[in-house]
Amino acid sequence: MNLMGLLRGLWAAFLSMFEMLRGLWTTFRSMFETPVTYQYPEVKRPVRERFKGRHVLKRYDNGLERCIGCALCAAACPADAIFVEAAENTDEERYSPGERYARTYEINLMRCIFCGYCEDACPTEAIVLEHQYELSFTSRRDAIYTKELLIVPVPEGGKPTPQNVPVGMFNRAIPEMKDPA
Amino acid sequence: MSWALLLEWVIKSAVIIMIILGGFAYLTLFERRVLARMQTRIGPNRAGPWGLLQPVADGIKLIFNEELIPEQADRVLFILAPVITVVPALIILAVIPLGPEVTLFGRRYVFGLASNINVGVLYILAVASIAVYGIVIAGWASGNKYALMGGVRSTAQMVSYELALALAFVGPIMLAGSMSVDAIIEGQTHLWYVILQPLGFLIFLIAAVAEINRAPFDMPEAEQELVAGYHAEYSGMKFALFFMAEYGKMIAVSFIAATMFLGGYLGPFLDRWPLLGPIYLFIKVVALLFFLVWLRATFPRFRYDQLMAFGWKILLPLGLLNVVITGVIIVLVGG
Amino acid sequence: MTIDLVLFLGLALIAVLAAIAMIASRNTVYSALFLVFNFLTVATLYLLLNAAFIAVVQITVYAGAIMVLFLFVIMLLGTERESIGGRIRWQMPLAIVLGLALAGELAYVLLRNGIVQGLAADLSTEFGSPASIGRVLFSEYLVPFEVTSILLLVAMIGAIVITRKLRREGK
Repeated sequence: MNLMGLLRGLWAAFLSMFEMLRGLWTTFRSMFETPVTYQYPEVKRPVRERFKGRHVLKRYDNGLERCIGCALCAAACPADAIFVEAAENTDEERYSPGERYARTYEINLMRCIFCGYCEDACPTEAIVLEHQYELSFTSRRDAIYTKELLIVPVPEGGKPTPQNVPVGMFNRAIPEMKDPA
Repeated sequence: MSWALLLEWVIKSAVIIMIILGGFAYLTLFERRVLARMQTRIGPNRAGPWGLLQPVADGIKLIFNEELIPEQADRVLFILAPVITVVPALIILAVIPLGPEVTLFGRRYVFGLASNINVGVLYILAVASIAVYGIVIAGWASGNKYALMGGVRSTAQMVSYELALALAFVGPIMLAGSMSVDAIIEGQTHLWYVILQPLGFLIFLIAAVAEINRAPFDMPEAEQELVAGYHAEYSGMKFALFFMAEYGKMIAVSFIAATMFLGGYLGPFLDRWPLLGPIYLFIKVVALLFFLVWLRATFPRFRYDQLMAFGWKILLPLGLLNVVITGVIIVLVGG
Repeated sequence: MTIDLVLFLGLALIAVLAAIAMIASRNTVYSALFLVFNFLTVATLYLLLNAAFIAVVQITVYAGAIMVLFLFVIMLLGTERESIGGRIRWQMPLAIVLGLALAGELAYVLLRNGIVQGLAADLSTEFGSPASIGRVLFSEYLVPFEVTSILLLVAMIGAIVITRKLRREGK
């Protein structure tokens, strides 16, 4: 090692001391910044609009269920978390428009990966992943959400299902929808 | 030796050990809160007001942890190792005076166990030098290659940095002309040694951080490479003992640095109110502890070969240089 | 029987037992640790003799530095278990001869001087202090001191030369 190299090394070491001090200053300064922490159970961080939390089953304004029991969601589900059992609608006991409705609708939330494919598959926009994310269970059985737990309450002005409706009024299972494009 | 004197010593020892134990508990909280603030978080604030009961909660949790002894472990040494690790951390403060002499009820009391012995500084070095055994034994007895690597690393690291540590002590010893801790504090009545020995203080800090295996020198327990190093196989109270030793050593090092370089218990108005002494010392120790946490929050871990190269090729020559410069100046100025 | 004598006998017993355990132990790590224990006990004996400096140096140098390196090497090489290759053939006779020589020397010294009593009493408070040891070391025993340091320096240079040669061959 020659003298110049030694001097250059010493100079570099001297400069790196300043870099270290700068690092110390950075951490010290950040002590006085407002913490980014949310005090979780008391303060909840609002989720994004398109956040995919727990599913809900939607209703029409008149109270009829959107779900027609087609089980396309179950077919689309990559985790095989959805179980749908359909039954026939009659005009005396109508649950949803069209021929059939979901008599059993269960989502196993321990299998669900919250990918939202069910949402995409649904022809009636019945299943939607909403913003509920506090999902913890004390047993495996509790993790299976049944239709009663998933379905939203009857909206104002609507009637609970099953409804007794005039004959021929709700024969169309899939509503006319605006072209999303 | 009268019974009263014996009782006084027992009480003093108990107080010093309580300082380490209580300090350990709350140092963990202090560190987590400060670290959190430096990362713009809040830190543990749930258990009790401001999280003050967090150490208690941690303690309860650790007590109820399952105590595992690995199949491949050497059972005797595996159980012995945490104990061996804790003892040096508890006894090293014996030579540090916590305050000046006071007269109470017609008797003179010294806030310290053996601060007047003429090998006080050497005692610190001796205890520091055997502190490595607990870690080595733990690493070997675990029967785990990561733990063994941690143990081997810690031996190499501590032996290397002990030299620099000892050389950093030489400055204050030369200035005070004595190895007694009392004399070193007395020598700082007018001027702290950190001003006369800035290089020595820097070397001491670096070597001490390496000696107690704190970040950025926490090679023996480098999580990303060695899982948790020497205490990878430990759980429950045995793990808590390692934790206690680590934080106890932090406290001890802060006490030593405050005493050797920052004037110990010295401060203004000490002759009028001698009880201010422990308070001054406490403030200095807390400041140094804050600095240790600050270092951890700032610097990434060294690479192992960098650590060894730094210790032998930079720190040790610097220490020698510091000793030579100090000696020359003392001779020139005339002590 | 003074308290010092009781302490001495207890410590001496521990030291001897630790030494025997160190030799008898099959596991080299245990041997090393027993040796450390022995050093610590001997350091305490020095303390009993009013030689705090020697005691502390004993701990720092032997227990704290040399034995740590021993442990380091044992662990690094992974030679905890005694090799099956057997003992060195001339070890036993040599040990007996050396042991007898040591015993003879001890007996000679003891028989000539008798057991010295109350040695600690007529020592000044300065005895064994770092200052007095330093003074003696750098005046009366300066030549042996310097010779020792040169010896250590030579050993160190030798170690460095060996590692450098190895590294060059590796390249």
